[in-house]
Amino acid sequence: KGKLAFKPGPFSTSEKKTEYDAVTGYNNFYEFGTDKLDPAKYAASLNTRPWTVKLGGLCGKPQTLAIETLLKNALEERIYRLRCVEGWSMVIPWVGFPLANLIKLAEPTSKAKYVAFQTAEKPKEMRGLRSNVLDWPYVEGLRMDEALNPLAFLAVGLYGDLLPNQNGAPIRLVVPWKYGFKSIKSITDITFTERQPPTSWQRYGANEYGFYSNVNPNVDHPRWSQATERRIGEFRRRDTLMFNGYGDQVAGMYRNMDLKKFF
Amino acid sequence: MVKSNKKGFTLDIAFICLICMLPLMWLIWRGYNGDLGVNPIETIVRQLGVWGLRLLIVGLAITPVVRIFKQPRLIRWRRPIGLFAFAYILLHLTSYIGIDQYFDWSAIWKDIVKRPYITFGMVGFVLLIPLAVTSFNGAIKAIGGRVWRNLHKLIYLIVPLGVLHYFLLAKADKTMPLIYGAILIVLLGWRLLEAAKRRK
Repeated sequence: KGKLAFKPGPFSTSEKKTEYDAVTGYNNFYEFGTDKLDPAKYAASLNTRPWTVKLGGLCGKPQTLAIETLLKNALEERIYRLRCVEGWSMVIPWVGFPLANLIKLAEPTSKAKYVAFQTAEKPKEMRGLRSNVLDWPYVEGLRMDEALNPLAFLAVGLYGDLLPNQNGAPIRLVVPWKYGFKSIKSITDITFTERQPPTSWQRYGANEYGFYSNVNPNVDHPRWSQATERRIGEFRRRDTLMFNGYGDQVAGMYRNMDLKKFF
Repeated sequence: MVKSNKKGFTLDIAFICLICMLPLMWLIWRGYNGDLGVNPIETIVRQLGVWGLRLLIVGLAITPVVRIFKQPRLIRWRRPIGLFAFAYILLHLTSYIGIDQYFDWSAIWKDIVKRPYITFGMVGFVLLIPLAVTSFNGAIKAIGGRVWRNLHKLIYLIVPLGVLHYFLLAKADKTMPLIYGAILIVLLGWRLLEAAKRRK
């Protein structure tokens, strides 16, 4: 390990990091199966070279970037909490660069209010696509101010090494104040839009998964509580924090919004 | 050879009990070896629940097998299977209370009243208690065979509650709960057909 050159970044937590084997062995990545052990078993079949990320939509400089170019960005480490909507959490040392850097490169126009993301759709390499549990490809979205927030991060590495496939290689989003499924994996397309883009889980069940999906202990999932979580590696549940503990950085973006309505 | 007409604890019953204990033994073995995965508490609670449900369904399959294959002695398997199902479900519930919620009674109560899947699971468990405590010859004599038989028809409500409990907690992939539901429909449907035939 330690193949990537990086410096420490801001916003890192000093909490105990979740074991590498847990971070890479317990994943939700339905493109490789719905069991949390499936991605570690089957994601090796995904070919991450060559890989490009296409920036498009409402922007002045649409472009397609090779992963090699993206890896030349100045990389930093961010140790973030990750809270899954299912009620478990981890602390993960990501390596990457701020999403804002990439967005600025594309020069989105003033009409661009949202950023849409799309995961690769490679049926031959992603056995989970045979199931129609979700509509493929997996899509996600952020409001422009969320995407430009300094916390929003594009990860290319984990624990100082390149991202393993099951964690979303070669490049994935990390938005630590939102439930994990917002942090879309294996990104191929980033598109600037005027209207709020659809998201895969909202399509699956709009009453269960909202566009914002901010971590919020006061707004339960219709089928289970979000008040507490189990930190992987710990025995007792712990209280879930508003915005997963990142309120200082993000609460302002939602100041005048009813978070029970816009969940 | 197994003596089929013998009452009490025969070799085939001992064998059934042994089989029913295997999932628990396997779980304990995995726990002893630290092999319960990244989220061991979830593994324990889920495995106990799923085996409880499987045994309930196997229990429901006994009568059709007895009738269709004309194997009357197999009816004696129903009791140990049912009692083991109850034992797994009891352990499932106690592990949820003890190691998942860590005796946070207010959170547990909120779960029971607010989360339909927990509500259905709890109702199913409560209904299972009178069945478990009347699973002894003495109890059958005490309440009478007719009352006993009617009481134990509650199982036709309990198992669907169990499947519903499983269906509602599955996040998106409902394949397994749907398979259990399909088997349940076959097993209950067979009984309805038989009842209709008898009425004719």
